[in-house]
Amino acid sequence: METANIHHIGNPTNRVDGRLKVTGAARYAAEHEASGLLHGVIVSATVAAGRVVSLETERALSVPGVVEIFTHENRGSGAWLDRNWKDEVAPPGHPFRPLHSDRILFAGQPIALVVAETLEAARDAASLVTAAYEVEQHCTELEVKRSEAYEPPEKRSGIPPPPEPRGKPEDAFERARHRIAADYRIRAEHHNPMELFATTCVYEGKDKLTIYEKTQGSQNSQGYVASVFGLKTKNVRVINHYVGGAFGSALRPQQQLFFAVMASLELKRSVRVVLTRSQMFYIGYRPETRHAISMAADNEGRLTSIIHGAVAATSHYEDYQESIVNWSGMMYHCDNVKLSYGLAKLNTATPCDMRAPGAAVGVTAFECAVDELAHEAGIDPLEFRKRNFATLDENMGKQFTSKALSACYHQGAARIGWERRSAEPGAVRDGHELVGLGMATGMWEAFLMKASAEAKLTPDGRLQVSTAASDIGTGTWTILAQIGADALGLPVEDVTPMIGDSSLPASPVEGGSWTAASNGSAVLAACEAIKQTLFKHARKMANSPLTAASFDEVVFLSGRIALRTDPDRGLSLPEVMHASDLDEIRGSGKAAPKLLQMRKYVSYTHSAVFTEVRVDRDIGIVRIPKIVCAVAAGKIINPKTARSQILGGVVMGIGMALHEEAMTDHRLGKIMNHNLAEYHVPAHADIADIEVIFVDEQDEKVSPLGVKGLGEIGIVGTAAAVANAIFSATGKRVRDFPITLDKIIR
Amino acid sequence: MDTPKIEIALTVNGVRHDIAVAPWETLLDVLRERLHLTGSKKGCDQGQCGACTVLVDGERINSCLALVVSRDGAAITTVEGLAEGGELHPLQAAFIEHDAFQCGYCTPGQLCSGVALLHEGRVHTREDIRELMSGNLCRCGAYTNIADAIETVLDRQNAGREAAE
Repeated sequence: METANIHHIGNPTNRVDGRLKVTGAARYAAEHEASGLLHGVIVSATVAAGRVVSLETERALSVPGVVEIFTHENRGSGAWLDRNWKDEVAPPGHPFRPLHSDRILFAGQPIALVVAETLEAARDAASLVTAAYEVEQHCTELEVKRSEAYEPPEKRSGIPPPPEPRGKPEDAFERARHRIAADYRIRAEHHNPMELFATTCVYEGKDKLTIYEKTQGSQNSQGYVASVFGLKTKNVRVINHYVGGAFGSALRPQQQLFFAVMASLELKRSVRVVLTRSQMFYIGYRPETRHAISMAADNEGRLTSIIHGAVAATSHYEDYQESIVNWSGMMYHCDNVKLSYGLAKLNTATPCDMRAPGAAVGVTAFECAVDELAHEAGIDPLEFRKRNFATLDENMGKQFTSKALSACYHQGAARIGWERRSAEPGAVRDGHELVGLGMATGMWEAFLMKASAEAKLTPDGRLQVSTAASDIGTGTWTILAQIGADALGLPVEDVTPMIGDSSLPASPVEGGSWTAASNGSAVLAACEAIKQTLFKHARKMANSPLTAASFDEVVFLSGRIALRTDPDRGLSLPEVMHASDLDEIRGSGKAAPKLLQMRKYVSYTHSAVFTEVRVDRDIGIVRIPKIVCAVAAGKIINPKTARSQILGGVVMGIGMALHEEAMTDHRLGKIMNHNLAEYHVPAHADIADIEVIFVDEQDEKVSPLGVKGLGEIGIVGTAAAVANAIFSATGKRVRDFPITLDKIIR
Repeated sequence: MDTPKIEIALTVNGVRHDIAVAPWETLLDVLRERLHLTGSKKGCDQGQCGACTVLVDGERINSCLALVVSRDGAAITTVEGLAEGGELHPLQAAFIEHDAFQCGYCTPGQLCSGVALLHEGRVHTREDIRELMSGNLCRCGAYTNIADAIETVLDRQNAGREAAE
């Protein structure tokens, strides 16, 4: 008899949605049918500030197949109050209302929606809509507005402001033996998920909608639609089974959702609206940041002062905030720290969380500065970091629930061959190339959010687990199946996960790397409830081998409930259900942050990124033959999908280091490279060998599953590691990201 | 003014379709909107991302840049046509095994591009795979896994060929 305890948690299980995705059967937001479906195409403003004086729509209306053109003059009415437009993750301010008035706040702002019977007719007609503007002065340049930066008066929920200064950072800096001061700039980036933003709004009759939507939170979009259009929540169902990438861009409801729903309600027909790639450059983005960092160390290379001030862009209508500088006060031990963060208003759309918002830029600048100071002090940068290891979160004075960062340093260094690194920059040549090694530390918070789940076991031995989570490529479908299978001792194939639907149990948006810990723990709790019920019934059965057992003394494995000490003695799950005349067993579960524990403890993932770079001596082309990312993230549910998360973060980090930037023509306030040919995201040829290491880390406090989350950590530190390696290779310190070859040969 | 329509025939995944199309309709839009074969993806509509890659008479092309009237009589294979019966194409199976995708949106294009690459006879090194697949962007960053998947199938294909010789 099969008694081996099969653990599904920790297995590199192939994605359960894999077959659907490789056969083209997985349907994304723009791929759902509806009878009589109309197509909407948005017309965007061509100026960055001012008023729409007039809109010429006659030519567009004469295109055969055009049904309606909506402008600010004839749009459907939305809610009056600001708060009705606030979604779950909205920053403080006045949420953007498409077609609300004639005012233009940023280039690319939608000014009309053309709705037609075919996509071609809508697209053609949209190109014929022209607008006359009263143009006002605009500014899209952070450097110009930097001096006007202000501390956001209202804090964004969930984003801690910089901590109060500690010690005497200025004095310590003045007195220090070794010190550096440098300015860093990280240009604006765009998420550019491969899928175009799309909504298919199916009109189901009066005030009832089924919406296929590109979103990281079906319930966030559902709440937004209900609130903005005054519909009953139960009459709005949002489905996002498959999401073609998002990286934060689909946390908040985007324009196409408003337009598809508005047109659908006005025309009483089903409507699909898809943004163009160009239009996606005028929705949320990672704002440009400027960093002024000064740091000092004593003779032994111990940090004596850290001062990090950052200024980030936001829009004219919302105070978008990230935690950018806080990391600099907690990554290393230092008694004298001063951190500050300000915003500057530009004529752009409100920025939007993008993979590791805050940390991706703040840690990049800071970890470059650490490298500079280590070099100034004449200490190996890895050794420097080890000497300044933080055993506490010194911002908050709290303990880490776990921090296996030393193992990351050790294993990462071994795999890259850190001992090869020359202390002297620019000293290693190989043919036509200069070779360098660099490294950086990464950090991201391990959140546990409120989430709910339900589970249902049927007598055929099949389990269904459901929660309104999303899978944006993260592997949520797969890990929830594994968690269910592990809990009840079933094959993964016998577990049906259900996510991506607002009608399922409550879930936060999929972001912040919290889904595995939060929704996973809720599913685990729902399965635990089923186990309790099964145990109760199993004990009561005639001649039950479990009569004398307590719950702690039984195990669930191979489809049975059995004695832990003697697994041959047990009952099959269907047997228990049949004997007890049960058609199904349901369980529900919740996860929530542990507020009491949080008074004393904080939880973070940590990483160490090691990079080799090769730089062409004459033309400055940078190649990255190898990157090692060693991660301490608690328990790994699925090493295969987990590794992919880190690979993705590292690739985006390489993009930040070498390629990605929005180039704005500030005279026009418009982005010049608003396409995938000129906004370069890393391609196959840019990516060579990436090695991912998950170091052993046990953490029973962080979440019931011991999971910390992986979506962000791969990008944090990667760009700094590359920049530091470029310094090692060339002796050139480029403080302006991305590090394009012109900056190297300049 | 009514739209002028042109009668054409397309054989898609072995099935013949006689359709009337406007001269400005792209192959991608016809596949997705008219034939409801949404496996081919629209990621940019400008020939810059490769998500729309399909095989036309065995060659990989960006279907968003092809006006469908210019493909009258063509035999087209989309991602929906790669598997035979219920059996996945070896590259589809390798993509699952190597986790060569995350969100799955670029995957149909990567697969069609990769299937064409297997037959082009141009790959001698892993660098060749990277270079020759660079028309297919993957924002999730699955590149190394995609290269692993293609390399695995190529190795098997080459081993099979050598055994046959």
